[in-house]
Amino acid sequence: MSVKIYIPGDSGAVAVGADRLALRMAETIKARDLDAVVIRNGSRGMYWLEPMVEIETSQGRVAYGPVKPSDLNSLLDAGLLEGGDHPLCLGATENIPYLKRQTRLTFARCGITDPLSLEDYRANGGLVGLTNAVVLAPEAIVAQVTESGLRGRGGAGFPTGIKWKTVLEAQGPQKYIICNADEGDSGTFADRMIMEGDPFVLIEGMIIAGIATGATKGYVYLRSEYPHAIRVMNRAVEILRQAGVLGISVLGSSHAFDMEIRVGAGAYVCGEETALLESLEGRRGVVRAKPPLPAHKGFLARPTVVNNVISLASVPIIMDKGAAYYRDFGMGRSRGTIPIQIAGNVKHGGLFEAAFGMTLGELVDDIAGGTASGRPVKAVQVGGPLGAYFPRALFDTPFDYEAFAGKDGLIGHAGIVVFDDSADMLKQARFAFEFCAIESCGKCTPCRIGSTRGVEVVDSIRAGIETESQINLMTDLCNTMKFGSLCALGGFTPYPVMSALTHFPEDFRPAPKMTGPMSQAAE
Amino acid sequence: MESRNMDAKIASRTKAIVGQLKPLEGPLLPILHGIQDEFGYVPKAALPVIAEGLNLSRAEVHGVVSFYHDYRETPAGRHVIKLCRAEACQSMGGDELAERLLWLLGLDWHETSANGSVTIEPVYCLGLCACAPAAMVDGDVVGRLDEDAVKALAKAVMA
Repeated sequence: MSVKIYIPGDSGAVAVGADRLALRMAETIKARDLDAVVIRNGSRGMYWLEPMVEIETSQGRVAYGPVKPSDLNSLLDAGLLEGGDHPLCLGATENIPYLKRQTRLTFARCGITDPLSLEDYRANGGLVGLTNAVVLAPEAIVAQVTESGLRGRGGAGFPTGIKWKTVLEAQGPQKYIICNADEGDSGTFADRMIMEGDPFVLIEGMIIAGIATGATKGYVYLRSEYPHAIRVMNRAVEILRQAGVLGISVLGSSHAFDMEIRVGAGAYVCGEETALLESLEGRRGVVRAKPPLPAHKGFLARPTVVNNVISLASVPIIMDKGAAYYRDFGMGRSRGTIPIQIAGNVKHGGLFEAAFGMTLGELVDDIAGGTASGRPVKAVQVGGPLGAYFPRALFDTPFDYEAFAGKDGLIGHAGIVVFDDSADMLKQARFAFEFCAIESCGKCTPCRIGSTRGVEVVDSIRAGIETESQINLMTDLCNTMKFGSLCALGGFTPYPVMSALTHFPEDFRPAPKMTGPMSQAAE
Repeated sequence: MESRNMDAKIASRTKAIVGQLKPLEGPLLPILHGIQDEFGYVPKAALPVIAEGLNLSRAEVHGVVSFYHDYRETPAGRHVIKLCRAEACQSMGGDELAERLLWLLGLDWHETSANGSVTIEPVYCLGLCACAPAAMVDGDVVGRLDEDAVKALAKAVMA
């Protein structure tokens, strides 16, 4: 029985050398004539430890990291294959505090299994949810998802069950399940991790959504910036088709469901559901006015479910363990778990799945371990480029849709990006406008023109030209964008801008330059 | 003569790609990806062929090509660096590294070096936010970039 050595094939791990390490490991095994195999798993989500190597021992998995190719000989000499002691040894993987403190429901298998081994997937609880679903009436599946309290994890937080019910009740010759995998928000990588680390769970969720709503065709709209995820997803679809999980008879039942992976072309706005539909249909990714809702007239004007990757990937566990099991995690109207992505200037960046309700401060100071630079935390942007910047004074805000909204912020796709005290919040406000200007689809005036005008106004503030009246103008502009834009791109750009102004006003009023009469007087 | 031959070649390859992908629901983006994979960019000569194949106007096809950041109107350099400029990378000093890299390459964003060795493009998130600053070099991901890594990268792509 060969010893199993796990080295992640996740692009976050690959970006810091996992491919080179895996190659060297394979060569070393051969050179030393060892009975071991290298398996490329997903990432456990502890990126400061990547590349993290795990060995399967009789006592469970033992982790080492971060491992460089030059460490391999000393690791093997120290008995790596038996989980031997070494300065890089992290002990039993499950006991690493960062992992131990999590509640992994959606990410239960990510980093554990071989992402493309269906056998491994089944052995670790895969397909149980679908097996339960195929024998249920669509209404019963929808009821379970509704009772679970699952809300869209893409940012808007709309109840998934209600969306599905609308599509189930809609009439159409063909219905569709569309997975929004256009994860373009900075600070978010949960979709990428699931698609690379446990692609079958997403597909399983899509098939369940299909059965629940009467849709027989699905698409994953996947951003081109994720070439690795595209490869894994395409392969996963082929494997499930061959295994009869996808196709004319799902798991031998009377349900049909098949799907395709579609690749985006680098437009951020296509993460907005109606722009995504336009793009999928082959047009410019321009936002559609609602109504009609995509649930009534979506892809090709037919009833369509558009759900985020994590929403869909959370469905199999609900159908496996039941609605109540999932709903019992969380707080208020935010039920279940949320995969929080900790990024930016932090010691311990990575994926942290937990029940809703942990405070922002716990996440930043405790879980993330503060800044990587060792300087004080200045601001934390939650929810991507359209999310608000929170100062330390708001660190008691619990991770909950309503609590964040109550503090003029949003959870979004649950990415948190930490900045140390060297951050210049005026610059960040400018970037928010600039990003909106680059990515605006151009359909509505507040977003198209407001964003460019915003950059100009910030530049005036920077130059110290009529600072107070320019700040008033910027505030007014943000109001117009917030209430006048057609979609969240223009509508939410005011969040980073206004939160920067509200919480860090000193950055908007640069110290007066020592010129003019005063400086002359000083001389 | 040369360019007319080239256009004819582009048209015939485009026709084959359109023919192959046309049965898809919403085939235009897959077709454009196919064309860019084939030629390294979306040549002007391909547009009328696509338009005819999909029963669209040439303006509509041009509108789609020009909307998306990914499609190129001219071939890229032999190496393509996509450097992330989004917030997570900014928080780790990405802006300074970007300035440094542009200076080392003697290029501005979206430019290709005169000898055709390298093109540099901004990208807004590669999903490598927990190992920032990040880049993609010829399709390979690179994380935890620092001053030394940027210097080595510039040297490698200019060679």
